[in-house]
Formats: sequence, structure tokens, C-alpha cells
Amino acid sequence: MSAQAPVIPSASRGDRVRGTAFRWALLSTLVLSCLMLGVLVWDVARDGVPKLSADFLTSPPSALPRLAGIEPALMGTIWLMALCALFIIPVGVATAIYLEEYADNTRWWNRLIEVNIQNLAAVPSIVYGILGLAFIVRPPLQLGRVVLAGALTLGLLVLPVVIIAAREAIRAVPPSIREGSLALGATQWQTIRRQVLPAAVPGIATGVILALSRAIGETAPLIVVGAATFVAFNPSGVTSPFTALPIQIFNWISQPQTEFKLKAAAAILVLLAILLAMNSAAIYLRNRFEKKW
Amino acid sequence: MAAGSTTVTRAPGASALGASRRRVGEDVIKGLLFLAALISILTTLGIVLSLLRETLSFFGDVPVGDFLFGTEWSPLFADPSFGVLPLISGTLLATGIAMVVAVPLGLGAAVYLAEYATPRVRKTLKPILELLAGIPTIVFGYFALTFFTPTVLRDLLGLEVQIFNALSAGVIMGFMIVPTIASLSEDAMSAVPSALREGAYGMGATKLQVATRIVFPAALSGIVAAIVLGISRAIGETMIVLVAAGQVPNLTADPRQSVETMTTFIAASAKGDLSTGSIGYQTIFAVGMALFLMTLVMNAISIRFVRRYRQVYE
Repeated sequence: MSAQAPVIPSASRGDRVRGTAFRWALLSTLVLSCLMLGVLVWDVARDGVPKLSADFLTSPPSALPRLAGIEPALMGTIWLMALCALFIIPVGVATAIYLEEYADNTRWWNRLIEVNIQNLAAVPSIVYGILGLAFIVRPPLQLGRVVLAGALTLGLLVLPVVIIAAREAIRAVPPSIREGSLALGATQWQTIRRQVLPAAVPGIATGVILALSRAIGETAPLIVVGAATFVAFNPSGVTSPFTALPIQIFNWISQPQTEFKLKAAAAILVLLAILLAMNSAAIYLRNRFEKKW
Repeated sequence: MAAGSTTVTRAPGASALGASRRRVGEDVIKGLLFLAALISILTTLGIVLSLLRETLSFFGDVPVGDFLFGTEWSPLFADPSFGVLPLISGTLLATGIAMVVAVPLGLGAAVYLAEYATPRVRKTLKPILELLAGIPTIVFGYFALTFFTPTVLRDLLGLEVQIFNALSAGVIMGFMIVPTIASLSEDAMSAVPSALREGAYGMGATKLQVATRIVFPAALSGIVAAIVLGISRAIGETMIVLVAAGQVPNLTADPRQSVETMTTFIAASAKGDLSTGSIGYQTIFAVGMALFLMTLVMNAISIRFVRRYRQVYE
């Protein structure tokens, strides 16, 4: 039978107007958010840039705003991030692999782990501070108010971020890749190790970097865990008392003197510079290696 | 027919090809991975136990009804009262303001990025949004206190706000949450297979219809999850409200006034020197428990939502 080709109706005038209006409304939401970021950076830069100097980076905090610097806070933050990364990368990726590749979803304990991680992702950061205070700083771990306690607290806090990102990256690898590998005789672990993980690495790395850049700015849990606000020396090891950049910033914002608020702005610039570097790395990774299957 | 070929017929999907021998290494690896996954369970247990221990002793001294329904919060006064409602109202006020800002902006950005943006625009704008997500909340707090309140709210809009106020903290918190909602919803929308879109176009749908009636519903599970995650971030956000909303327990719906949220109280009290076992120390945990339960209930609801709408593609 010869069917007539259906006539495709062209969009009516009303459709076109609605479409264009919708498009511009969407774009404006995006532009507004970006604009707000621009104003924020401009405001902080205006306040902080005049206070930036080599002395600022290499001096301890001081009761005199003129002399106050951020060296112990900067070193504390670097220590925190390094220890945090050592904790979250293996644990986060292992959990993600377990849940995506091994876990049998009909078993109640696997479902429990899954629901639990979803819940943990939404537990407020300050609650992790309470956990850190009650379990890591005090017995049973009883580490005291030290760098390692802060790093573990932050690690537990951002672990769900890593797990969720890693799971998404692993899930994005199509089943056909796994089936191909298994069909060629590879074991399940060989398949994961040589096919799934390499394909998922960009997504996982992006997730880890984003998790760390969330951890680096977290202030509330560190306040509760007891990062001291006035530490005039750098951490000397994992059991050293410490302060951190966001704690230092908060301390300065809380001071009544304007001079200290400007110092806070300068410290924020340093923090933002570190974050910019981390985010650039994450974006580069994704753009360079992102695959559309 | 041909000798030597053994044909096993099984239902499709059943695992016909097992390993020729059991591999211990494979099991050990699976066990290790499982142990790592258990850490998250231990974390939750730790949170619940630490909160429960002190909260129970708190309720040994303070009747539960006084805590839940009391309208005055002054735990550290000589004549203390422990009504948590002012803290909850402060939290909900700031969160409500934040969501009014974050939901339309976040979803708008997500639909644009997923459906409209050319690859070049996407690669420019999405990283900027992610930079916004990377801004530490203490920085937003600084911005709210030193710029948004004095310059935008007072000078530009002429509002008579207190220097610490819920409006400034809420709006800035909303911007903080935009990337969370935008990024997660956009991921969900991008995961909708092109075939669904092409099918709709093939039937004569316009771009607007495809975005709102095909992609949006198909990605709904991810979108709901994104919004709920945004809400719990707002409820649990500490630094913005601590810096910009003040520390006055205030049972009010007026966003121009100073309020104290649950998180603000916890942070401000934990910073001070409260001796272990004192009633002041225990209030931190009681309020922490209330905060934790609020987010827990919300997440249970969201997870149900996600289950109901989840679709598996490929």
C-alpha cells in the first residue's frame, strides 16, 4: 500500500514566541548565578588584594592586624587535604566498585548500605563535627584536637561525595564493555580493573577533586572538632594541634576591627586561588577525557 | 550433529558461563570492597550513638515537651528555658528564602545546559557554575555580611534590615545551592537517551515541549533528589547563617530580623568552653539530634520519590 507521507506541521507563531521566551528565561537564570559569582569575587578582591603580600603568606597570626599572616593556617589546610585524600580515595572508590559491580541488590544489607550513603550525603556538615568531637577527638579513637582528627572528620564528611561520583562514573560505562571483557574470559575483577576503572577514572578523579574542594572550605566541623583559632606554629605531624584557612578567616570576620575583615578578604583570596587551581584540574580532566558512549 | 560440540540450552540472561574453578583472589577482593562499604554504615552508627548518648541525658533533665514545643530558647541563662521552636523557625525561614532563590535558578540553569546550550556555551558556563559550587560557605558568609546586607539590601533596595538578618543569609545561601541543584538535575537530564528526544521531535514536538514534557519528566528522579539535597544543605548550612544571620533566638517570620538557626547554636556553643556533662554541653547534642532527624526524614521521603520514578536506560 502506498501511504502518503505525513505532513509535518511547522511550528506556529505562538510556539516560536513561547520557545524563544523560555530559552531566554533559562539563559537569564544561568547568567544571574554567574553574575553573582562575579560580584562576589570582585568584592573580595577589592577588599583583599591590597593586603596580599609575601609577608602575609609567611607570618603567623597576630593580635596586631598589621602583622597578622596565614602561614600556620595555610600549612594546616595542606596537611588536612593530604591526609583527607589518603583516606577518601581508596575507601570511596572501593565502596563505589562494591556497590556497582558486586552488590546483589536483593540482599537487605546491600540496600542498607546504599540508602545509608544517600542519607549521609545529606547529613549536615556540623553533625560530622559532633561525630568527630564525640568519637575521634574523645574516646574510642581519642586522637585529641589534632590534624588527623580534623582530616578524618572532613574525610567522613566528603566520603559520600566521592562514592556517589565514582558510582556514577562506573555506571556510565556501558554493560556491553563488561560483557565483551567477560566473554573473552576475563574474571570479574580483571574486567573491573582493566576495563571499567580506566574508563571511569576521569569521572572518579573529578569527583575526588570536587570532594576535596568541598572539604578545604569546610569550617563548621572544624570549629566543633576544635581547630584552635590561634595557633602560631605550623603542624609538625599528624598529631599536631592545628588551625586551617577557613577557621582563620572566620576568626578574622568575627573581629570588630575593619582591618581584620580586610585580612579575612585577603585570606579568602588565597583560599579561592587554591580552589581555582583544583577546579581547573577537575574541569580539564573531564573535558579531556569525557566520553559519550 | 557434529561430535564434541555440547550445546547447552538455557533461558537467555541466566549465567551459563561460570569460571572453570573458584578463584580465591576474586573473593578476597570482594570482601575488602565490602569492608570499605561498611565504613559508611559505621559512620551513621557513630553519629546516632554520639547524638543519642548526650541527648538521653539531656532529656533526663529537660522534659521532651518543653524542648519540642517551648517558644523560648535561653539554655545558658541562670533561669534557662529549652524551647527549640525559635531555632527551628530560624532554620526554616532561612531555608525557605534560600529555596525560593535556588529552585528556579538551579532548574533553569539545568534545563538550559542540558537542552539548549551549544557545546561551546556549555563548556564555558558549566565550569563557572561549578566554581560557584566550589566557593566555601565561609566566603559566602563574608559576602552576605560585608556586601549583600549593607550595599544591596540597605543602599540599593532601601530595606530596613538589621545588620544580621535572615534575608541576606537566605538569599546568599540560595545562590550557594544553585550549582548543587543545577549540576545534579543537568546530569539527570543529560542521561535521558537521545532516542526519547528524537522520538518526540519525530512526532512534531517543539523544543520547548521536548524539554518540559519529555526530558524533565524522564529526569524527575534526579531532579527531586537534587532539590532535596539542596534543602538539606540549606538546613544544615552553618557558616553563612553564623556570620550573617546573627545569634538571636527569635520566633519570627520577618526576614529582616536577626535569627538563630540550629546550626548556628551548635557552632557558637561548641566554640565556647562548655564543660563535658554540663546541661549546656548536652544541648549541643540535643539540637544536633533534632537537626539530624529533620534531614533524615526528608531524605527518606526523597529516596522513596527516586525509587518511584527511577527508570533504567540502555
